[in-house]
Amino acid sequence: MTFVKTKIQLAKIAKDDILEVLVTEGEPLENIPKSATEQGFEILGIEDLHDNIYKIRIKK
Amino acid sequence: MEPGKKLSIICFSGDFDKLVAAFTLASGSAAVNYEVNIFFTFWGLNAIKKKKGRVFTGKGFLARFFGFLMGGINNVPLSRLNFCNISPKLMNYMMRKRNVATLKELIDASIAVGVKFYTCEMSMQILGLTINDFITGVNKEVLGVAKFMEISEGGDRIFI
Repeated sequence: MTFVKTKIQLAKIAKDDILEVLVTEGEPLENIPKSATEQGFEILGIEDLHDNIYKIRIKK
Repeated sequence: MEPGKKLSIICFSGDFDKLVAAFTLASGSAAVNYEVNIFFTFWGLNAIKKKKGRVFTGKGFLARFFGFLMGGINNVPLSRLNFCNISPKLMNYMMRKRNVATLKELIDASIAVGVKFYTCEMSMQILGLTINDFITGVNKEVLGVAKFMEISEGGDRIFI
């Protein structure tokens, strides 16, 4: 579901805009960068924030 | 959408938990570029009715009576441990609390990621329903078995 929400938000932003997604460790952290890359989006970075929360930056 | 990646779900059950499974699978697959179709039949139609509660929908006395008993998305029961429809409300509360998408959110997300919703011609005839009794995301084309087989050809078919 996290990637579904990500995909919906990606559809709303313009090309070259950046979407930041906050996820917890586990399936979403592995799946979002993988699926986004497969679909032609660029992963600018994954940042370990605190307490098991990560920020994924995706460029459309 | 990539060729060959297709999933078609026959959504027969109108149970809360089975609907959660169907819409999670549908939205998740569509997000990773599957072509996804859901064919709603019989109890499954309750999930996509425009009227969300118990109202007299349909044509004819018996159909309207059944329409009232079946209700809409607000009345879908849990397949087990339903406890007079208290459990789906508790389940929704738990889903919200744990930051998991609720059933209604899953339906909206499925529409947003391009899942195609189809209704069953025969069930609609029995229950006296028309395409106007369903939410706007539902395809205007009403299907029979032959047409569903044609649409789902070449992909995976799942019965829930």
